[in-house]
Amino acid sequence: MAVRDITLGQYFPGDSCIHRLDPRVKIVCALVYLVSLFVVRSFWVFGLCILFLAAVIILSGVPFRFISKGLKPVIFLIIITMLINVLFIRTGDPVLTIGKFYITNEGIYRALFMGLRLVLLIFGSSMLTLTTKPIELTDGMEKLLSPLSKIGLPAHELAMMMTIALRFIPTLLDETDKIMKAQTARGADFENGNLKEKAKALIPLLVPLFVSAFRIAGDLAMAMEARCYHGGKGRTRLHQMKLGRVDAVAAIVMVVYLGCVIASRYININIF
Amino acid sequence: MAEDAIISFKNVSFSYLQEEDGSAPVEKLALDDVSFDIQRGSFVAIVGSNGSGKSTLAKHMNALLLPTSGSVIVEGIDTITASDEAPWELRKKIGMVFQNPDNQLVSSIVEDDVAFGPENIGMPPEEIRKRVDESLKMVDMYEHRRKGPHLLSGGQKQRVAIAGVIAMDPDCVVFDEPTAMLDPRGRREIMAIIRKLHDQGDTVILITHFMEEAAEADRIIVMDQGKIAADAAPAEIFSKEDLGVLNVPFAVKLSAALRKAGFDIPAGTVTEEKLAEFLCR
Repeated sequence: MAVRDITLGQYFPGDSCIHRLDPRVKIVCALVYLVSLFVVRSFWVFGLCILFLAAVIILSGVPFRFISKGLKPVIFLIIITMLINVLFIRTGDPVLTIGKFYITNEGIYRALFMGLRLVLLIFGSSMLTLTTKPIELTDGMEKLLSPLSKIGLPAHELAMMMTIALRFIPTLLDETDKIMKAQTARGADFENGNLKEKAKALIPLLVPLFVSAFRIAGDLAMAMEARCYHGGKGRTRLHQMKLGRVDAVAAIVMVVYLGCVIASRYININIF
Repeated sequence: MAEDAIISFKNVSFSYLQEEDGSAPVEKLALDDVSFDIQRGSFVAIVGSNGSGKSTLAKHMNALLLPTSGSVIVEGIDTITASDEAPWELRKKIGMVFQNPDNQLVSSIVEDDVAFGPENIGMPPEEIRKRVDESLKMVDMYEHRRKGPHLLSGGQKQRVAIAGVIAMDPDCVVFDEPTAMLDPRGRREIMAIIRKLHDQGDTVILITHFMEEAAEADRIIVMDQGKIAADAAPAEIFSKEDLGVLNVPFAVKLSAALRKAGFDIPAGTVTEEKLAEFLCR
């Protein structure tokens, strides 16, 4: 396992205007974009969504194959969603009939519509994680959620937990690697056997891993206390987030875009 | 208590309950009536075998642990009262570096990690920037400031941990076996930083298993079963054979052998550096 090579999250390093956007603005913009996809009612408005996303992708300079990688784990979900739409939507005119079974034009239309929406959802959210460092994401989230801490939402704690989780992913991978080697040296077999045997073989890996994760957590808690950590109260930050001109432009573009999408619901251009 | 003592232990005992399989918890005495003062600006090494109480001792210095009886006075404040109100006021003055470099770094970016302490004590951002840069330069890790800790060697990680502590500008730094998990090169680097800190006038307390490291201190405290077995300058400690002091450093052995062979090696030659300096003269 080449633990040293792993990248945290799926950040694609770059220095484009999209990368430089304030994380708070970027998170809000991404959310607005995702919501806008659910406002869309017809295909031609999706054209606008695609155009917008394409512009963002080109500006960011992230190669398309990186973005499409995000599709891999959910491709099944998308196909199943589309199939269900095709097979179970009974309204509209039948276009294909095999015996009792038929497919309607409305079914195909809906399936394509849902499929496109899901793909855009994935691409849209990938653009956020691809152009924002994980640490900036957590910082941005903390800042955005901080007004909610007044009603009891532990914004700082959540962000701190995410920061620590990110920090310890490589450490725990290293640890897993070490335990695996140690157990293999003692005759454990992780490779062979059927599913049940393989699952059973994981026990001697998982138990020590949990033990060491708790030990690490204890050590870390002590180190944090020794470094004066006492929660979010009275804490300052090294990196001050400042809104710049790019952020203003992004906000305006986003508002215009959202306006167009919403307006499209009331303008009737009937192509289909 | 001496006038310029930064840390002062007065009849400190510490016990905890240890559960053994099946049987009722047993009370273990980790520190047994320990008293000593640490002078401001001094360099004190604490040695002793595993379980001798040296780490427990260290954790009393910044109120991570509180004495069961007796009192620990740090900068004129009793740690018990300090921990009731604001233990971080005290921990700002007494920094602590732990053994495992991996388990004390908080952030996935070096400079953010160094900033963690100053952020916690509410330093203004410009001040944090300045302190972070200075500390990273001091431990010679400035060019790695944007990297993730998982890309660094053990010695480098430990240097980042030290930077994180000195960024808070403490008066005293307690090192709890900082080199135990490092290779010889990492160990040399850490010792160089410790020396530098001491030269700057900070009080340094070094807990270690390595007698070569302890030999560099002004004073060595030997712990044994929760008690202080000896407390003297390195030369004196290493001359006491009945202490069974772990491993006498090579330089001490060589000086003794040379003395026997008729060379006039001055007492107090306990580090290889000093010995080499003397021999080359």
